[in-house]
Amino acid sequence: MEYFVIIISAIFVNNILLSQFLGVCPFLGVSNKVSTATGMSGAVCFVITLATVVTWLINLLLVRFNLAYLQTIAFILVIAALVQMVEIVLKKISPSLYQALGIFLPLITTNCAVLGVALSVAQKGMGLGQATVYALATSLGYGLAMILFAGIREHLSLNSVPKPFRGLPIALITAGIMAMAFLGFSGLV
Amino acid sequence: MSKLSLISRGILKENPTFVLVLGMCPTLATTTSAINGMEMGLATMFVLILSNIVISLLAPVVPDKVHIPVYIVVIATFVTLLQLVMQAYTPAVYQTLGLFIPLIVVNCIVLGRAEAFANKHGVLESALDGIGIGLGFTLSLTVIGMVRELLGSLSIFGWKIIPGDGILAFVLAPGAFIVLGYLMVLFNKLTKKN
Repeated sequence: MEYFVIIISAIFVNNILLSQFLGVCPFLGVSNKVSTATGMSGAVCFVITLATVVTWLINLLLVRFNLAYLQTIAFILVIAALVQMVEIVLKKISPSLYQALGIFLPLITTNCAVLGVALSVAQKGMGLGQATVYALATSLGYGLAMILFAGIREHLSLNSVPKPFRGLPIALITAGIMAMAFLGFSGLV
Repeated sequence: MSKLSLISRGILKENPTFVLVLGMCPTLATTTSAINGMEMGLATMFVLILSNIVISLLAPVVPDKVHIPVYIVVIATFVTLLQLVMQAYTPAVYQTLGLFIPLIVVNCIVLGRAEAFANKHGVLESALDGIGIGLGFTLSLTVIGMVRELLGSLSIFGWKIIPGDGILAFVLAPGAFIVLGYLMVLFNKLTKKN
């Protein structure tokens, strides 16, 4: 039951993109096509879950030695190294998946969703099980919002939009209306 | 390029929010009121100026292969410094901005300026560039915050302008996207005319 609440809250109520504004840059940048949006969400999902587990363990060490103020530096270095490692391992083990995720992987280091989830897990003091479920659910919410948004943008590109609205402004306004729809979930848990 | 134009460029021609469209996460998340937006802008400016200065000094000696990790460590160091200073002197502000202070590390504006400007220019120019871009970011965040605060709670900088309740949605998440979208349209319209 406790995990169920975490999952619903992370996917719908506190959606990472539409209510917490983490990882908005790739949300606006690579959401022109559903296929690229799916690739990006897959990569983000994988890295967020992995990075949360690893930084959770690192945080245990930091707290043990009274070095909690080093969290920011330690986490960003771990995430950068992790992304590199995932890239190398994926290239060896599954070239097809590497091909699919290829360009998105290096971009993820600077995706604030990864660092954001790692830091908020540390701040909230979650256990390892809770943290893993939370990370997985959050990244599923990321994928949901991203793919829905890409679908809308594909349709949007076929319509005639007034000139000053073209590109990002109309995308932002669309995202605003989507966020309003997601606001309907608030109070659910 | 003259010293003054280095600063003014960041405010209008290369405005980080409306022209370069960088650092969207803090822009959307912390502009619930004018004062919050301004504080976030100033915090980012602090890191930006210091990291620009240090990176312009380090750039000639850092090997090309590891320059990104080195820059990230420099930026992360200043962010940690900022976190400690804010916790000590302005704990209330640190509470409201929350997660977005440590997240300055992954703000693309800071790393972007290091890559695009500070590693090719001298100390003084890099510092001025940091001030210019930082001011541009602070100004745009303050303006977005002002519009959201005015529509959402009918006040500016905490001063009640019109009695009554505003439209709550503008303080919540949807308002952030919508206000930024419309302001971008306005910015495009105004700058194209010139």
